[in-house]
Amino acid sequence: MAVMAHTPVEQESEALITGSEAMAVACKLADVDVVTAFPIRPYDTVMQFMSQLIANGEMDCEFIPADGEHSQFEIVKHASACGARVFVGSSGVGWMYAMEALTVTPALRIPMVAIVGNRALDDPGAFGTEHNDALSVRDLGWNLVWVDSAQEAFDTALIAYRFAEDRRIFTPCAISLDGAFLTHSQALVKIPTQAQVNKFLPRYNRADLLFHPDNVISVAPQCNEDWVMEVRMQNYAVTERARDVLREVYAEFESVFGRKYGNPFFEEYMTEDADVVLLGMGTLSMPLKVAIRQMRAAGKKVGFVRLRWFRPFPTEELAKCLGRFKAVGVIDRDYSLGSPYLSGVVATEVRTALYPGSGPKPPVLGFICGLGGREVTLPDIEKMTEITFAAAQGKSQPLTQWIGVRK
Amino acid sequence: MSTYIDEKPTQNLEAFKGVKKIPNEEYYTSGHRTCQACYSAEIMRLMAKAAGPRTVVLGSTGCMYVANTSYYTTPWGVPWMHTQLFSSGSGAVGVAAAYKALMRKGKMKDEPINVIAFCGDGGGMDAGLGGISSAMLHAEYNLLILMYDNETYANTDIQVSGGTPWGAHTSFSTPGSVKRIMHRCWKKNMAGLIIAGHPTVKYVSTISTSFALQAMNNIRKALTIGGPTFIHCLNPCPKGWDFDPIMSYELGELAVNSGIWPLYEVEEGKLKLFGKTKMLADGKAVRTPVKEYLLKQGRFSHFTNDDVDYFQSKIDDMWNKWLIPGVIPIQKEVDASE
Repeated sequence: MAVMAHTPVEQESEALITGSEAMAVACKLADVDVVTAFPIRPYDTVMQFMSQLIANGEMDCEFIPADGEHSQFEIVKHASACGARVFVGSSGVGWMYAMEALTVTPALRIPMVAIVGNRALDDPGAFGTEHNDALSVRDLGWNLVWVDSAQEAFDTALIAYRFAEDRRIFTPCAISLDGAFLTHSQALVKIPTQAQVNKFLPRYNRADLLFHPDNVISVAPQCNEDWVMEVRMQNYAVTERARDVLREVYAEFESVFGRKYGNPFFEEYMTEDADVVLLGMGTLSMPLKVAIRQMRAAGKKVGFVRLRWFRPFPTEELAKCLGRFKAVGVIDRDYSLGSPYLSGVVATEVRTALYPGSGPKPPVLGFICGLGGREVTLPDIEKMTEITFAAAQGKSQPLTQWIGVRK
Repeated sequence: MSTYIDEKPTQNLEAFKGVKKIPNEEYYTSGHRTCQACYSAEIMRLMAKAAGPRTVVLGSTGCMYVANTSYYTTPWGVPWMHTQLFSSGSGAVGVAAAYKALMRKGKMKDEPINVIAFCGDGGGMDAGLGGISSAMLHAEYNLLILMYDNETYANTDIQVSGGTPWGAHTSFSTPGSVKRIMHRCWKKNMAGLIIAGHPTVKYVSTISTSFALQAMNNIRKALTIGGPTFIHCLNPCPKGWDFDPIMSYELGELAVNSGIWPLYEVEEGKLKLFGKTKMLADGKAVRTPVKEYLLKQGRFSHFTNDDVDYFQSKIDDMWNKWLIPGVIPIQKEVDASE
């Protein structure tokens, strides 16, 4: 295990840390009250760093190694109901083992921040990145974001607390870090001061929903068909306003910390004059940006769109953006077996976002690539780009193709 | 902060010195929809009364959630929260940990709050066991797990749980023309399991709704002693056990008198037997034949005399062979020289 960077909080500093460490430092500055851990690679390094911070007196919180992921997520759910700021996380099948707890957390309007160190689901066993773990909760009210650097992981953790604990939201937020590629890779991270963080992040206030003897409420009684639709509708209303609240939070982040993310929902790379774009999430951006620079040098007008927030999904913004191009190639580091056109989750969602609008509808190709942490190589990216260009020229292409699979 | 166990003070809840000393205030009142003479609901009332107003209650899924807490008609006069079927242990840890952290950090007024999580025999003895066991290790948190035991998944349709007695007729163990006995597992010895497996737990007790004052005082003792504590309550269930509701009290008493349900506590490692159980152990009373208990319940009406004899022999083993009769099912070593 790497030695924890002792980061002074009185002045802004810079530290060479991994994505996992960055999350732990963010939790320390956010003054998290309750953390629960259970071992599964690759997310669990964050919990190792956290326990070290507590042991060294840098952080004051309850650190509870649970008896499994179900308990892990249930403990923090209950702690958050009592007004505690909580942090939790998992990977792969560990995340799936917590599924019941994951289901009830947004339904109960419980804010929390979780890290998902994205990992392939069993079987066969694989430690590497695949996005199906976090995506499995996409219909349940979780806010889902993918980051691609340790700095972004740090910033997004603070943003996620502010966003999730906003009374207009009050639902959990999962921050996905690609396993190994980001959880275990070091980069320089700017660490703000405690005063800056305090300015940005107010105390979590559960107000009239606080579970405490001073507030005699019954939480989550049985309601059946009499009321269940009205209760669900409240969660739906959260998703209707989530995009606007997120924009506010990012604007506030920029004003306090001075780091600009521009459009909170997705990052565009060399898209201004692009004919076609590839689109993907997480650390795909690393090989993609290199490949795009190379292809640009060879005269190919290709760009990259990195989708950051998957829930809430930036439907209008993304449809408007993608309408500028002649074809879009979506790279899914996941699968959705039996889905429309057998595409991955992201390709299917992008097509849905484009369909009802009145704007242009470029062809959307689905690529399934880089599963189980397999490297997405420059030749892979060139191949996907060629196929996308062919579609842009009106040549019929299969809507879903697996890239980088041995015959 | 202590290097060893960082304990938080508890409320000092002294024993009620008799039925007439029990306060009138109720914290579990009307509004629930449980069956007539439901003794699981009765222990909810006694538990809330015993714990008093500075209490929060977590209710894991089961009859005491579904039949108990309907939207807009809650019976709870203290904060109550639904927790998932297998989460009584983890839920209690979460609440206790949150209060502890928030009070230590000055984010919440520092005071002792009773944290009680209840679960049924299904939620507690089956998949919830891991969470409860884990909760019992957290000596620094004050919490009580109260397991009400009506010996089946009584809310769903009366199905077999880890607490169902051998041979009982449930909707998962209906006697048939070829197989008379479909449920061949002996009931899990839950209180003994908690005692034997979690030596730092300071209080474990068995109680019965039929012995209400004792039950309330044991709950008060558990909350006062603090740390993680566990209470196992046997609750006759007219619907699941198939008997006239008028007999709920009598069956609770018969369970004790027949020796099938010993009443005891283990406080700081010391075992104490109560009332009739103590008399049975001391040889001052004779166990009522278990047949009298069994045949008052429809769920055992398919039993033959052999079945009753088998059941009786298992109860006899509990009292004659167990190292600590009725509590720990380890048999005494046979001395080879004898």
